[in-house]
Amino acid sequence: MDLLNALVAFTNFVVVPATAYGAQLALGALGVTLIYGVLRFSNFAHGETMSFGAMVVVLVTGLFQSWGITLGVLPTALLALPFGMLATALLLLATDKAIYKFYRKVKAAPVMLVIVSTGVMFVMNGLVRMVVGTDDRRFADGARFVVNARDFKAWSGLSEGLAIKTTQVITVVVAMLTVAALFWFLNRTRTGKSMRAYSDNEDLALLSGINPERVVTITWILVGALATIAGALYGLDKSFKPFIFQQLLLPVFAAAIVGGIGNPLGAIAGGFVIAFSEVTLTYAFKKVVTYLGPDGWAPDGLVQLLSTDYKYAVSFSILIIVLIFKPTGLFKGQNI
Amino acid sequence: MTRTRAPLYFAAMAALILAVGFLQSWNSALSILNMGLISAIMALGVNLQWGYAGLFNVGVMGFVALGGLAVVLTSMAPVPAAWAAGGGRVLLALVVGVIAIVAAALTFKRLPKGRIRGAVIAAILIVGLWAYRTLFDPAVAAIEAVNPAVTGYLGGLGLPVLLAWPVGALLAAGAAWLVAKTALGLRSDYLAIATLGIAEIIVAMMKNEDWLSRGVKNVNGLPRPVPYEIDLQQADWFLTLMHKIGMDPVTGSSIFVKLLYAGFFLAVIVIIVTAMELALKSPWGRMMRAIRDNEVAAEAMGKDVTGRHLQIFVLGAAIIGFAGAMMTTLDGQLTPTTYQPLRYTFLVWVMVIVGGSGNNWGAVLGGMLIWFLWVEVEPIGAWIVGLLTSGMEDGALKSGLIERVAYMRYLTMGIILLVVLRFSPRGLLPEK
Repeated sequence: MDLLNALVAFTNFVVVPATAYGAQLALGALGVTLIYGVLRFSNFAHGETMSFGAMVVVLVTGLFQSWGITLGVLPTALLALPFGMLATALLLLATDKAIYKFYRKVKAAPVMLVIVSTGVMFVMNGLVRMVVGTDDRRFADGARFVVNARDFKAWSGLSEGLAIKTTQVITVVVAMLTVAALFWFLNRTRTGKSMRAYSDNEDLALLSGINPERVVTITWILVGALATIAGALYGLDKSFKPFIFQQLLLPVFAAAIVGGIGNPLGAIAGGFVIAFSEVTLTYAFKKVVTYLGPDGWAPDGLVQLLSTDYKYAVSFSILIIVLIFKPTGLFKGQNI
Repeated sequence: MTRTRAPLYFAAMAALILAVGFLQSWNSALSILNMGLISAIMALGVNLQWGYAGLFNVGVMGFVALGGLAVVLTSMAPVPAAWAAGGGRVLLALVVGVIAIVAAALTFKRLPKGRIRGAVIAAILIVGLWAYRTLFDPAVAAIEAVNPAVTGYLGGLGLPVLLAWPVGALLAAGAAWLVAKTALGLRSDYLAIATLGIAEIIVAMMKNEDWLSRGVKNVNGLPRPVPYEIDLQQADWFLTLMHKIGMDPVTGSSIFVKLLYAGFFLAVIVIIVTAMELALKSPWGRMMRAIRDNEVAAEAMGKDVTGRHLQIFVLGAAIIGFAGAMMTTLDGQLTPTTYQPLRYTFLVWVMVIVGGSGNNWGAVLGGMLIWFLWVEVEPIGAWIVGLLTSGMEDGALKSGLIERVAYMRYLTMGIILLVVLRFSPRGLLPEK
């Protein structure tokens, strides 16, 4: 029985990666939820939006690196982030002008907008592939670890190491700053309040003289920024693969719905619920159980509930359970 | 105009395929025709769900994949050594798993709400999972150890491959019933997300469960309902036939096989379209459209909206599963990694929307036309780029441009979908 080592192993393999992943999902889900709250449809192109933002960040990072501009121990990508946010926001605004605006004007059914968004998804997917191809790209530079497994072992005298990657710390810090800024914007500024009013009750907001087109424009800008940050952080943490964002769509949607779609607080909670369940249920607990059991005993199998390939099954099952028992999500949905 | 429109469009479609035959080769023309017919059946399935009932299914890929799985499970020869090693135990484990889930569901219904119910359900699930894994894991390990390079799975039933098509429909219908039971009656976007999820899970299962279908090791050499080219090339009657029409036996055999497949697929399409047209004109079809157009009014008239939705969702999925089985039969192999949502879910949606949702002939036309474009956009794009860059010096820009053309099909499909939705939302052949 070695409680301390078990705790360190659990932190190292479950808590730290799940926290970073949860922060990425939460940022993605915030984008989905904002679009749902204001424009009232589920945006299937959101995964590709994240992909596009991350792609711009990757390209600008490469440019900076070739010029010799770096941030020292921090990844250069942080410097490229604003450019990615700007490019994505511009792309989304152009998409809105060219495509979505028409359907708002004719007051199309939400499901029509969902189908339109799948068309946008195709276009964005093709765009990203045409610009960068389909190869895997690593663009993280700077220091790799904040806490190194070997240093941690030497410092604590434990046999189990704890490693925290720089990208994981940056993910959590950036996500916290972003969320704080978003909430400050939504709750404290006039524009943010008008957005919430519009989402809450469209007719009343129109009567109060809120300009709907302005609200929509600001929503797309926010969504572009959030999607870029989410995509870039995910790419920094793992690596940038254009295909991966298509697959992120399901956990991101699950996070938004589990938290209560349209509710930003819910999106964050949903992101962490999904991430922690995915990582916990697909982690092989053999090491932890060995530490917790009597000395000299080890379990036969890997003590893994599900193979990692089934992580989508986890987000899906949570989604279904929440939909059956609490269809509005953990937090009541449908208003920003 | 409306009456002549359909034959006109189909004639144009035939001309496109003939053009491929004359300009490229008859082999590619028939390949496009065959996959186009299969795509048309998938589009018919989605059209049944969307056009007749307004159900938004983005899990087409999953049902297609289940159809493919059915081909392996039905037509491959069984592997006796694997069955002896752990076949019975795997089946027993699955039965135990199902019993645990059913017991938990029954407990949920029977016991009063409260802590005791939660504790009992948790206990049932934990004990059930433990029993399941104890039986399942060693059995799977034993099965996968049986000659892993060639088999390592249980094999199928060794039945004729044509039987696999209705079996694929049954598998897909079963999965659809489970999804629909949970997600129908919720908001339409939730059904979409639920189907998206189930499709990912089905494909993950097929990649992962090696004992069932060899996972990513693929199953090759699936039986065919038509003769093999190599046998034809040695058959006397075929050689004399080829001699008579003056054709090379090697090319001829491949074309002959493709024509046989096209015959099978055409027969299936005729049956499905006839059945769907009859259904559409029957009181049942009118009820479905009434429900689609105004659910509240239909419900007030005493129609069981959720029940009818369940019915039509399952039927549509069955058609998609049927097409999935046909596709895997045509390919001759099951490769789970090729199932991508863009290709198998959203492309089928493009077919339905472009063809005209609610119109069966539209779905058929959309399926064939979009498949044609999906295949031909690349060579056409390469030809145009080649023409544009012919004056350019060789270099990074030119090779880059030529390389980029390979990804043009996604962009093109998206633009086609957006343009049709914007300017002709009822599609090429609108619903009557």
